[in-house]
Amino acid sequence: MKAYLGIDVGSVSTNIVILSEAGEVLTGLYLRTRGRPIEAIQNGLKAARESIKPGLEIAGVGTTGSGRYLAGVMVGADVIKNEITAHAVAASMLVPDVKTVLEIGGQDSKIIILRDGVVVDFAMNTVCAAGTGSFLDQQAARLNIPIEQFGELALQSTNPVRIAGRCTVFAESDMIHKQQMGHALPDIINGLCEALVRNYLNNVGKGKEILPPVVFQGGVAANIGIKAAFERALGMPVLVPEHHKIMGAIGAAQLAAEKVAGTGQTSFKGFGISEIPYHTRSFECDGCPNSCEIAEIYEGDRVIGRWGARCPRWDVI
Amino acid sequence: MPRITFPHVGESYRSFKMLMEDLGNEVILPPRPSKRTLDLGVRYAPEFACFPVKILLGTYLETCPQGVELIITSGGVGPCRAGHYAQLHKKILRSLGYQVDIVVFEPPRLYPLEFLHNIQRLNPHRMSYRAIYECIRRAWRKLQALDNVEKLTHKIRPRETVRGATTRAYRRVLEWIDRAYSLAEIEEAEQSAIEELKKVPQDPYRDVLRVGIVGEVYVLLEPASNLEIEETLGNLGVEVERSLFLTGWTRDNTWAETTEGLTVKEAALPYLPELLGGHGRDSIGNTVLYAKRGFDGVIQLAPFTCIPEIVARTILPRVSEDHSIPVLTFFLDEQTGKAGMATRLEAFVDLMRRKKAARRTA
Repeated sequence: MKAYLGIDVGSVSTNIVILSEAGEVLTGLYLRTRGRPIEAIQNGLKAARESIKPGLEIAGVGTTGSGRYLAGVMVGADVIKNEITAHAVAASMLVPDVKTVLEIGGQDSKIIILRDGVVVDFAMNTVCAAGTGSFLDQQAARLNIPIEQFGELALQSTNPVRIAGRCTVFAESDMIHKQQMGHALPDIINGLCEALVRNYLNNVGKGKEILPPVVFQGGVAANIGIKAAFERALGMPVLVPEHHKIMGAIGAAQLAAEKVAGTGQTSFKGFGISEIPYHTRSFECDGCPNSCEIAEIYEGDRVIGRWGARCPRWDVI
Repeated sequence: MPRITFPHVGESYRSFKMLMEDLGNEVILPPRPSKRTLDLGVRYAPEFACFPVKILLGTYLETCPQGVELIITSGGVGPCRAGHYAQLHKKILRSLGYQVDIVVFEPPRLYPLEFLHNIQRLNPHRMSYRAIYECIRRAWRKLQALDNVEKLTHKIRPRETVRGATTRAYRRVLEWIDRAYSLAEIEEAEQSAIEELKKVPQDPYRDVLRVGIVGEVYVLLEPASNLEIEETLGNLGVEVERSLFLTGWTRDNTWAETTEGLTVKEAALPYLPELLGGHGRDSIGNTVLYAKRGFDGVIQLAPFTCIPEIVARTILPRVSEDHSIPVLTFFLDEQTGKAGMATRLEAFVDLMRRKKAARRTA
């Protein structure tokens, strides 16, 4: 049986998906990247190999996320795609007539506008951390609440409390002020969810025509408090797909399937790569005053990829 | 001989150097903006100032220790902060102990006497106006040659069959133009440069997208300040057309090419009847013109905190909708990591390709 591998290497999580030819998720893994993408990819591949049934053949591999090039050269990807396209493809697979994709991850958030299955507009947050998962994580840790319970607590709110949303610094000082005044925790957390949604819509969603069906994905979509806040702000239902955390990887696998259908072969190196030692190295190029920071990845003692140059000097591998 | 310098704006320094030396000045060449330039600029410029100010200040701080006496720069038209930046630069440089003066060229049609006065400050040998005119004519021709060659690379790069071949050929031919001196030599060098670039192996059947680039003048003209976006787009199979070149020659051509014969100003009129300084209105007008000429998309480049471009950006979604042309905005600042820009550019290219394919099947 043929299947397709999708790998999404993000700043916070590394996700691996094995997709059947019919588009079902056979394996879906969500691992923390912990600043060590190579390790995360290797551990993920090991776990993925253990999870698959005998007789399953990986017919294509796609990578996405900010670590897509690194992952791509490691595994021998058939397609290396940006996360916007990957997320849009995955959302279209689940909800074929989707018109809006809201995606909030650990370090970034994006909005994708589709019409007739084609991406017509998108935006990614550029200057602001208010409105991403990391800030919620940080606040959950400060309040000593497991992040998984954050959403449920927000739903228990009975009295709205307004929290400033434009900046994490304002939001935090507002939250502390309200908590010292004696407001109930669920109300404060709900206020934070609303602030985050307000900030997202004002910043990332600015000027975009948000039409239903709306799909909400990314790690933060697990938070039912944020989902509810989106529904209130938009006045329309918001769908959270079952595999909302690994949509990028699903999209990458689907794109690999499409690519391989055209070429008829895969360049996947096999699960064996989880055993090969990989290491990276970086140095400052002294060729010109730009002093580009060049990063290299080695497979064993062979260089398989280089990044960071502004000129083709280091392109030859 | 007065020791002078000027900002680094793309390859234009090759022409300015010739002009300033012909007039009898010693030129201290500005280096291509690098990490060091940025570090210096960021350290001594006000934090809230825009990106071009910091790069220019950094550039001056690299050249001033070599004994610069006079800096030549241009002013700003309309209510944009850039109009005051020359004075600000002078104050900062003097406070750091550099006894430099700054000559600011404003548009001569607005300030004809000041223009002539400025010219005289750069004319230590008291050459006649006629002789100066001849020098300017040659420098202008060289600037045109540089722009023409750069424009050609925008067409060839997305079609090249060997990645990087266009850039390598471009680096080579720039030196030919650099060395040309007389009018005849400049024209000959331009011709050979064009022929040499056309020799770069190309795939004429490649499906190339066309993207217009609009925005603030400095980040548009200096590749070191926009993370070499034109080259990156070329490598993604996109032919770019920049709305601004130093000579403005292309802009006239753009006007003539549009069937309606609209000017940029007229095109922007339904959206923005006011001049708001910088190139805000041009960004809007050019986006309209690119849409009418059937471009696949427009990219706006703006320095972070640039008011004219912020205003333009808030209007552009409407232009984009009215004319059905995708628009992507980048605010540029100190960041040197290309990953964020690369992700957005790749997604934008995907978007334009799918849109084009959908239009074809329809």
